[in-house]
Amino acid sequence: MAFRRRQTVRSVLVAAASTFVVGIVFYLVITSSPGWQEVRSTFLDWHVARSSVRPILKGLWLNFRLLVFCAVGAVALGLFIATLRTLRPAVYFPLRALATSYTYIFRGAPLIIVIYVVALGAPGLRLQGTPSTLVLGGIALVITYAGYIAEVFRAGIESIHPSQWAASRSLGLTYRQTLRHIVLPQAVRRVAPPLLNDLVALQKDVGLISLVGPVDAIRAAQINVSETYNFTPYILAGAFFVLLAIPLIAVTDWVTLRAARRQNAEAGR
Amino acid sequence: MTVLSCVSVRKAFRGSVVLDDLSLDVDEHGVVVLIGASGSGKSTLLRCINLLETVDDGTICLDGEDITDPRVNPDKVRQRIGIVFQAFNLFPHMTVVDNVTLAPRRVHGVQPHVARERALALLDRVGLADKAGEYPDRLSGGQQQRVAIVRALVNTPRLLLLDEVTSALDPELVGEVLDLIKDLKGQGMTMVIATHEMSFARQVADRVCFLDHGRILESGSPEQLFGDPREPRTQQFLKRISRV
Repeated sequence: MAFRRRQTVRSVLVAAASTFVVGIVFYLVITSSPGWQEVRSTFLDWHVARSSVRPILKGLWLNFRLLVFCAVGAVALGLFIATLRTLRPAVYFPLRALATSYTYIFRGAPLIIVIYVVALGAPGLRLQGTPSTLVLGGIALVITYAGYIAEVFRAGIESIHPSQWAASRSLGLTYRQTLRHIVLPQAVRRVAPPLLNDLVALQKDVGLISLVGPVDAIRAAQINVSETYNFTPYILAGAFFVLLAIPLIAVTDWVTLRAARRQNAEAGR
Repeated sequence: MTVLSCVSVRKAFRGSVVLDDLSLDVDEHGVVVLIGASGSGKSTLLRCINLLETVDDGTICLDGEDITDPRVNPDKVRQRIGIVFQAFNLFPHMTVVDNVTLAPRRVHGVQPHVARERALALLDRVGLADKAGEYPDRLSGGQQQRVAIVRALVNTPRLLLLDEVTSALDPELVGEVLDLIKDLKGQGMTMVIATHEMSFARQVADRVCFLDHGRILESGSPEQLFGDPREPRTQQFLKRISRV
């Protein structure tokens, strides 16, 4: 036991030391490079960072709100489309075909073009009550991401063994009840890791609505860059994005690990 | 009184005939045991009775009602028939008691606490009351299969179908499941049982049917069919089984 603990302490110390050495080497190589002074003043200027932090955070708040609404919308729409795609009875062929074409079209269409078409095209119809570009941009994101998320859910639904359907139907549960109480709960657990991965990707893509007007964090940084002729705001915005993503990525890793453990436990039986 | 009546049932999967002009009657409180080689149609017959498969031709009547009529709601029919599968098919994301109370709660509209009490009482009768809060993967195969039987019984079905319920069990766990089925016979449950356990078939069956290529080639009392089989194919099958 004591030996084991000594071994653990030793390996932690070795890891720390080697990380330190590598860090020092990087630092020395970069700071002694001939262009370091110019790079530092154009990318890491403290004063520019302070003056741009407020507009960037304001933009980031928009990113965050948009992310929450789009994630909820895309998961809901994706789940609905996946359900349509797995309907078996022949009567539902039109719905199934529609859902299938949906996933083909919106996984294929570039997000930027969908945003342009929805956010700039829809107002052109001059209908009463057309929502703002922000909402329309959000709708474009939901439409596109629902295509990916639907396929994730479909994979999950189809991975549930037919014997689970049979067991549930044999008890008198209807198709809907079986889907709701037996198949989806198991399917969602199984596909949680890839699902969260898609949400991490969505987190970065919500910023693309700045193409049609709304000012998100990256757009705010860009405005600052063009005012100061200094790239520091980009570095700042990038750092904020990473910070925002860390919790979601950590949750993804944790869920993936748990799913892997559970599968191993099942296989061990 | 006849509970189940199959008349000239036919079923084919992609051209290969699985049930071929098969007829079978089961009386109330009767226990019919289906024996036969793998692929002889035992499981398919049970799945057809439970409407998990649709028959190509012929009729199946439950308490005199033709359940193969396309106008019949299969969900309503299945509420009156219980089935237990070879691989248990418990719901892995639900506790034992939730597995058992699912149908009463969702299908029969029983109050959750009433369903729970009834489920606990039934689990107690099969010696699994202490496992009520566990998830199925914490149970042995024999325990899982007993839970599956309780789950099928909780609706008090008219007819119970058992599809090779001991085939996936370790040999030392077979006994506990077979004892439970013998108890059910004692309580008067009408059952159709597909099995490879010949000694068990001899003990519980009122009638044994030998299936061969989707037909009931020979049927009779266990004494007659096991003691003095008429058909050469039956004799061959029983000889092959007894050697294992």
